[in-house]
Amino acid sequence: MREVWIYAESEGERLHPVVGELLGEGRRLAERLGGSLGAVLASPHGSLAEELALFADRVYVVQDPRPYTDEWQSQALIRLIEDRRPEILLFGGTRRGKSLAPRVAARLGTGLIADCTSLRIDEDGLLLAELPTFGGRLLTTIACPSHRPQMATLALGAFAPGPKGAGGEIIDCPWAIPGPGTMKVLGQEPLPVDSRPLRGAEIVIAGGRGLGSRANFALLEEVARLLGAAVGASRGAVDAGWMDPEGLIGQTGAIVRPRLYIACGISGATQHVVGMQRAEVIVAVNKDPKAPIFDLATYGIVGDCRQFLLELKGRLALPGAVDEKNEGQDD
Amino acid sequence: MRALRIIVCIKQVPHPDEAKVDPATGLVIREGVPMVLNPNDYFTIEEALRLKEAMGGEVVAITMGPPTAEAVLREAISLGVDDGVLLCHRAFAGADTLATAYALARGIESLGGYDLILTGSRSTDGETGQVGPQIAELLGIPHLTELIRPIEVEGDHLLAWHQTDYGQELLQMPLPALLTVAKGMNEPRLPSLRGKMRAKKQTIPIWGPQEIKAEPDRIGLAGSPTRMLETALPERKSGSKMLEGSMAHQVDALLDHLADMLPGKAGGRR
Repeated sequence: MREVWIYAESEGERLHPVVGELLGEGRRLAERLGGSLGAVLASPHGSLAEELALFADRVYVVQDPRPYTDEWQSQALIRLIEDRRPEILLFGGTRRGKSLAPRVAARLGTGLIADCTSLRIDEDGLLLAELPTFGGRLLTTIACPSHRPQMATLALGAFAPGPKGAGGEIIDCPWAIPGPGTMKVLGQEPLPVDSRPLRGAEIVIAGGRGLGSRANFALLEEVARLLGAAVGASRGAVDAGWMDPEGLIGQTGAIVRPRLYIACGISGATQHVVGMQRAEVIVAVNKDPKAPIFDLATYGIVGDCRQFLLELKGRLALPGAVDEKNEGQDD
Repeated sequence: MRALRIIVCIKQVPHPDEAKVDPATGLVIREGVPMVLNPNDYFTIEEALRLKEAMGGEVVAITMGPPTAEAVLREAISLGVDDGVLLCHRAFAGADTLATAYALARGIESLGGYDLILTGSRSTDGETGQVGPQIAELLGIPHLTELIRPIEVEGDHLLAWHQTDYGQELLQMPLPALLTVAKGMNEPRLPSLRGKMRAKKQTIPIWGPQEIKAEPDRIGLAGSPTRMLETALPERKSGSKMLEGSMAHQVDALLDHLADMLPGKAGGRR
């Protein structure tokens, strides 16, 4: 029976949110292939397999107390793949997925398609992966016709989670545990907890290179606080250093589906657009009336972003309220 | 302290702001688009030069591409890299990430020994970030992605902080190893006058499949498991409403439209 596999990324005792998307898309592909859905869990916490078995037909568990390294996990995955020969293997487009998957693909001599935003199966059972290329100016379809497994990393947020299955079998695979490795994790500093995460935000306001300066990006963040919105950025703003890469929205960053998306100084390259086009209402502000972002905006404003943000800030501040920092100052 | 032989893998890319697609044909326009060093690679080169200055040794840059890609090797030399080698041959054309990684891995092995391989964490044209980890696997050495602090070498090991999905992590790994360098992890230097002079004069070897002893069915299109099937222009939904008038007026109109979406006082001002 042909199997579609997903790599169930976990950290500590939690599965990464992308695992839900992988299970949903993996199930869809497995049904099209007339095959089954397998999940691979390589983790110190074998109990996570029960959660996965609600969605997958088989959960392959490599329980190992070591913290994650690409080294031992790639070796474990390769052993499992060589034994069970899945047809398709999907990873989330996380940093970890994008570090682990290429190692596995290189060892197996098979193809790996990066940051896919849409997958389908053709009449011959071949996986066709679509992704934006050339900075998002083109949508390209790529396949891996004659090597197996067909491997892909999926853009974060691009795929929908699926329904629960009939209850899957948990298969313990101690034989896949690799020998002692050469890499050691010596320390970890967790990310600061983000008070307004992009994922699941109702309102997102995002800035691009067109904001022109760090000061203007800070103004955007101030407006975000007043709106109760999460802050995002396009590649241009991240590259300029105005925003951490964690805030990147697009094919290689996060894909968001808020009710309201406000794009300031973002031109609208497809690389970014795939990350926000599913927002219910899109507001675009850009000084270039020909910017492609206006093609998909619900409401467009041609003009200076700073002026827009100042006007918006003025209206969002409570009537009569005084900005704390400016207390005591007259305008 | 040991002297290090450091290999940096760099790439020539179309200027990120100038890449264009013909809206009628959907084909990429290459003519007249300036070619530059992949922006991420400045940080890679800087980290390699810093280590060389701290520990002694040499830095060799390698790239694969058309004859014009020699320019990025000369730029690397102008910054202080000792030598450069260009993998350039018709048989390398059409390579996907695996065939690219294979050719670079063969090229690196043909350079003699190495202690450390540094690459950018991604290129602005392909953006897959796959080639670095693939080179490491093909060479049978460990790797880490997204180095964010300077590497410390201690004997036969290195210590390195890298960015993960969950925070920052300090790893210890044996040499030789491959690390991909995150953009922004240091302040890249500018070329020196002496470096520019040297870059002009330096001989840059051009290697084909024979020089790197590559298996013909593992390079170029023949060695690429993935195939591009079709390209299309992205569809854009239309039906936008462009607001008009002064900015103050436009913001008022916008807030009226968004009345039911915004919290409290912001919406429904009338």
